[in-house]
Amino acid sequence: MSATLAPRSKDGAETMARVAARGRSLWDDARRRLLRNKAAVASMIVLGLLVAAALIGPYLAPFRYDAINKDDVWVGPLSAGHLLGTDSLGRDLLARLLIGLRVSLAIGVVATFVSLVIGVAYGAVAGYLGGRLDEAMMRIVDVLYSLPFIFFVILLMVTFGRNFILMFVAIGAVEWLTMARIVRGQTLSLKQKEFVEAARAAGLSRGAIIARHIVPNLLGPVVVYVTLTIPAVILAESFLSFLGLGVQEPLTSLGTLISRGAADMELAPWLLIFPSVAMMVTLMCFNFIGDGLRDALDPKDR
Amino acid sequence: MLRFLLRRLLVAVPTLFLVITAAFFMMRAAPGSPFDLDRKLSPEIEASVKAKYGLDRPLGVQYLDYLGDVARGDFGPSLKYKDKTVLQIVRDGFPKSVTIGLSALILAAVIGVALGVAAAVRQNQAADYGVMTVAVLGVCIPTFVTAPLLVLLFASKLGVLPTAGWPSDTEPLAGAVRYLILPVVVLALPQIAIISRLTRAGMIEVLQSNYVRTARAKGLPGRSIIVRHALRAAVLPLVSYLGPACAGLITGSLVVEQIFQLPGLGRSFVIGALQRDYTVVMGVVILYATLILALNLLADVLYAALDPRVKLS
Repeated sequence: MSATLAPRSKDGAETMARVAARGRSLWDDARRRLLRNKAAVASMIVLGLLVAAALIGPYLAPFRYDAINKDDVWVGPLSAGHLLGTDSLGRDLLARLLIGLRVSLAIGVVATFVSLVIGVAYGAVAGYLGGRLDEAMMRIVDVLYSLPFIFFVILLMVTFGRNFILMFVAIGAVEWLTMARIVRGQTLSLKQKEFVEAARAAGLSRGAIIARHIVPNLLGPVVVYVTLTIPAVILAESFLSFLGLGVQEPLTSLGTLISRGAADMELAPWLLIFPSVAMMVTLMCFNFIGDGLRDALDPKDR
Repeated sequence: MLRFLLRRLLVAVPTLFLVITAAFFMMRAAPGSPFDLDRKLSPEIEASVKAKYGLDRPLGVQYLDYLGDVARGDFGPSLKYKDKTVLQIVRDGFPKSVTIGLSALILAAVIGVALGVAAAVRQNQAADYGVMTVAVLGVCIPTFVTAPLLVLLFASKLGVLPTAGWPSDTEPLAGAVRYLILPVVVLALPQIAIISRLTRAGMIEVLQSNYVRTARAKGLPGRSIIVRHALRAAVLPLVSYLGPACAGLITGSLVVEQIFQLPGLGRSFVIGALQRDYTVVMGVVILYATLILALNLLADVLYAALDPRVKLS
C-alpha cells in the first residue's frame, strides 16, 4: 500500500508535500464558504468600519460628546459644523453617536463574554460527566429558562443602581442559558468520538479532557452563537436604557440616544433617526455574520 | 401523561418559590422605600406608616408572613395607591395587557406562518430572500424604534390613528379598535419575524419528506399538498415557541405600554419598581412567572398531543 503511494520522482514528492501543507481543514472550508456569502462579507466590512469608528472616532470628532453649547441648541443636520445636528443641550449628535456606539458594542462584547465563560463551562461539564449530575444541571437550566428574566434584570438595576459593571453581569447571566444547552448537546456527541477515547485511554484526567479536548472542538457552534448573542445583548441594554435604567448621562448608549430621541421626535426627528439607523445597521451586521457563519460551519444545511 | 403532569407541577412549585424569594429580597435590598417619594415625612409619621404595613418588623418575619399571605391568595394592599389592593390593580391592568398581547400573538401567527410558507415554497427565489430580509429586519429593529416611528407617521403626520391611550368604555367598538392598532402591530412585528423564520425552516424540511413526495406522486395539486399535508407538520415546532413568545410579548408590553400610555400590568410593574411599591411588583412577578410556567407546560402537552412521535416521560 505504502509502496504504491510513494512518490516516484522528486517532482512528485514536492507536489505531495505542497498538497499536504495546503490540506483543507474544516476551517479552510468554512472560510471559503463564508467569503462566498455576500451578505456576510458586506456585514463584516461594515461592522469593521463601525468598530473602528467607535474606537477612534471620538478622538477625531470636532466636538466632545458632553460639551454643552447653549448657542447651538437643536441645530438640524448638515449645519453649523454639526454633521448630524445637535440635541436640546446643543451637544453634537455625531460625537454622542460615536460614544454611544462604543458603549453599546462594549456592553455587547463583555456581557457576551460573561455568558460564554459560564455557558461553556457549565454545558461542557454537564455534557461530559453525564448521568444524574447532567440531569440535575440541565433541570436547573430549564427552571431558569422559564423565569421572566426581564423582571429580574429590572429589579437588579433598581436594587443596585445604574452600575455599568453590574449591567454586564446581569445581562451576561441571563444569556448563558442557551449557550449551556448548545454546548452540552455538542459535548454529548463529542464524548463518543475516538480522540476523546484515546485521551481517556492515555490516562488524562476528566478536567484535562474537558479543557483540552472537548472545549476546543466546541468552537464552531459557540462562535455562531456568540455572534448572535452580541446583538441580543445590545438590544437588551437598549431596552433597559429605554426604561430609564441604562447608562447614565452624560455618557450614552445607542438605546439611551434612541429613547431620548423618541421623546423629542416631533421637534428634532434626526435625534431619533440617526441613532435608530446606527443601531439597526449594527444589529443587522451581527445577524448576517452569524447566519453566514452558521451556514459555513454547518455544511448540512447548505 | 398523568405522571408527566405531576412531575412538571412538582418542579413548578419550587420554581415559583425561587421567583418569589429572589424578587422579595431584591426589592427590599433596593435603596429607598415606598414612602419617600412624597413630601418628606416626619420620622414619627414615617414610623407609624411603616408599622401600619408591618414594614418595621425583621425582614425574615416579613418574608415568612408574605409567603403565608400569598399561599392564602392575599397579595396585600398597594403601598403607593392607598385605596387599592394588588388584586384590584391586577384585575384592572391584566385584561388590557392580555387583550393587546393576545391580539399581537394571533396577528403574528397568521402573518408569520403565511410569510414563512410563501418563502419556503419559493426557496432561494426573490420572494424567499425578501421575506428573510424582512425577518432579519424585524428582529433587529427594537420595539421602541418602530413605535415612535409609526406614531410619527400614522398619528402625527397622517392623523389616521390616535397617538396613545386606552379607549374609554363608552367608545364604540370601531373607534376603540383604532387605539389598539399601533400597539398591537408594534408588539407583533418581532414575533412575525421569528415565526416566519421558524415556519420557513419547518416547511422546507417537511417538503423534502417522503409522505409529501407520496402526495405529490398521487397527483394532488400543489396547494392542497401544502395546506393539508405539509403545513400541519411544519407548524408543529411553533407550538413549543408558545412559551418564549409569551415571554417576548410580556417584555415587549413593558415598552409598548409605556410608549402608548396604556394602563396595563407592564406599566404597573415598571412604575412599581421605580417607586418601590413592593407588593405590586411582587404580585406582577408572581402572576407572570405562573403564566409563563403554565404556557410552557401547555406547549409540551399540546406538542405531544399533536405529534404522535413524541412521548411524554
